[in-house]
Amino acid sequence: MGEKIATRAAYGDAIVALAQEYPELVVLDADLSGATMTKKFSQTYPERFFNMGIAECNMIGVAAGLSTCGKKPFASSFAMFTAGRAFEQVRNSVGYPHLNVKVVGSHGGLSVGEDGATHQCCEDFATMRSIPGMVVCCPCDGNEMTAAVKALLDYEGPAYLRLGRSAVEDVTGALSGYKFELGKGVTLREGKDAAIIAVGLMVQRALAAAELLAKEGVDVRVIDMHTIKPLDTELVLKAARETGCIITTEEHNIIGGLGEAVCACVSENCPVPVLRHGVEDTFGRSGKADQVLEHYGLTPEGIAAKVRQGLKLKK
Amino acid sequence: MDQKEQKALALNAAKLRALAMDAVHTAASGHIGGSLSVADVLTVLYFHTMKVDPKNPKDPDRDRLVLSKGHTTPALYSALALRGYFPTEELKLFRSIKGHLSGHPDMVHVPGVDMSTGSLGQGISAAVGMALAGKVDGKDYRVYAVLGDGEIAEGQVWEAFMSAAKYHLDNLCAVVDVNGLQIDGKTADVMPSEPLDKKFEAFNWNVLKVDGHDYAALAAAFASAAAHKGQPTVILAKTVKGKGISFMEDDAGWHGKAPNDEQYAQAKAELDAKIAELEVQ
Repeated sequence: MGEKIATRAAYGDAIVALAQEYPELVVLDADLSGATMTKKFSQTYPERFFNMGIAECNMIGVAAGLSTCGKKPFASSFAMFTAGRAFEQVRNSVGYPHLNVKVVGSHGGLSVGEDGATHQCCEDFATMRSIPGMVVCCPCDGNEMTAAVKALLDYEGPAYLRLGRSAVEDVTGALSGYKFELGKGVTLREGKDAAIIAVGLMVQRALAAAELLAKEGVDVRVIDMHTIKPLDTELVLKAARETGCIITTEEHNIIGGLGEAVCACVSENCPVPVLRHGVEDTFGRSGKADQVLEHYGLTPEGIAAKVRQGLKLKK
Repeated sequence: MDQKEQKALALNAAKLRALAMDAVHTAASGHIGGSLSVADVLTVLYFHTMKVDPKNPKDPDRDRLVLSKGHTTPALYSALALRGYFPTEELKLFRSIKGHLSGHPDMVHVPGVDMSTGSLGQGISAAVGMALAGKVDGKDYRVYAVLGDGEIAEGQVWEAFMSAAKYHLDNLCAVVDVNGLQIDGKTADVMPSEPLDKKFEAFNWNVLKVDGHDYAALAAAFASAAAHKGQPTVILAKTVKGKGISFMEDDAGWHGKAPNDEQYAQAKAELDAKIAELEVQ
């Protein structure tokens, strides 16, 4: 595993790096450019950056208007405020007319840490997934984020991109044959006893859980599902058929996110046990990011326990 | 504007009102009151002021109109049909499962609709985005946003007004259809918004006040807005809800109600008389 970098930092670098290649790229922020890492873009391309102030609902609408004139807007703020506060603007002004707006939610999940529950968004996958035609993407490391930003620039249509606050280890950068494609998951580790389907920073934790289980003689597959919608149903069902047991893990409420998307896919096509690991329908609390994640069981040990539970349900 | 031109606009407005009345009656559903109040504003924009080409509705250099008070599609769709974007015949399928003229503006399916709106307060933000794009690209198209005076209770409207002033969007012109009524009654009772002129001035907009049923005054206001540099302009258009139909005027009860057959016959008689009067002159 390589150097640690936050996916928000990779996002901030990617939009600057791609700005020349994509002259229609414009970036909006809502007074959080230092946190969402759009500041570098604002300094490098000030004529293509719009700070809309602490007014996320208007920011989404302005992004919608820009997109009707051929721009490719990335509208950035905390996940809580783009996918939460401005949900209805995303739904009606972006989703319904299927406009080419990228809604960016930084500081997704509990790893916001010290700011506490009001800023820890564990509902963004649920709200964004429920909008017809919306792509929902959450890369697990900097390398994947860089590729995702480019893929989203090439994709014409509405999408939600979740960024993380914490620095995370690179797991895809050194992977041979790694190719990012929206809607296509990545198998990071083969295994036949069970499959962990993970998203965001839970991918690294899922790999660590697989290591723990290997010591017990349990052979676990790990899939990085960076795109929750559209879901890579082919890869999910392959895992269901070949391992007979799936555990999903996400830094999100177990209601409405990756877990439920996988449950729906598996139960309708190839019923095997699917156990959802994530935030158990509760609000977060303040603390250091790692401490908060540990408090809610979002750890390799927590995932491993869920896998053991799943194995008992296997026929 | 000479008398002849004013009469031509008056005739278009009367025809627009008649089409809107037909559409709402056929659908037995729709927002007629606000459609009648905003009919003259839309007539002046589509038949006098805006640079648009119905044969090329996606022309990147066209002027744009965002109907932020999106529920008044009977007026908007009728204006677009009269202007030639699609056959007036299609208005018979307004709000119908068999057609594509949905209750609120739909930019995906209806030629000439520049933004899907209907959830109040959102259209003005999209208009700000369009004007911002025009500035970034150095284009000289103008963007019009039409709001209701009830709608401006939405906080997003004020966010949008702040942002338009920040970016000196003098290519943006908002019109507030000040008819003084909303679903639940008088705007002054539901949520008092006056003094609108002082509020918008405080938000660093250029403010104009006109009679929203005076074609020459509206056209002059749009020209004045276009000539004003460095600030966006808002036109406070004083109107009468239900304008042009004797029993619908200034009555909040007609906000979202369709006329029954008898009421429709009377409304049509009044509009037909108006059209006949304007045609013989």
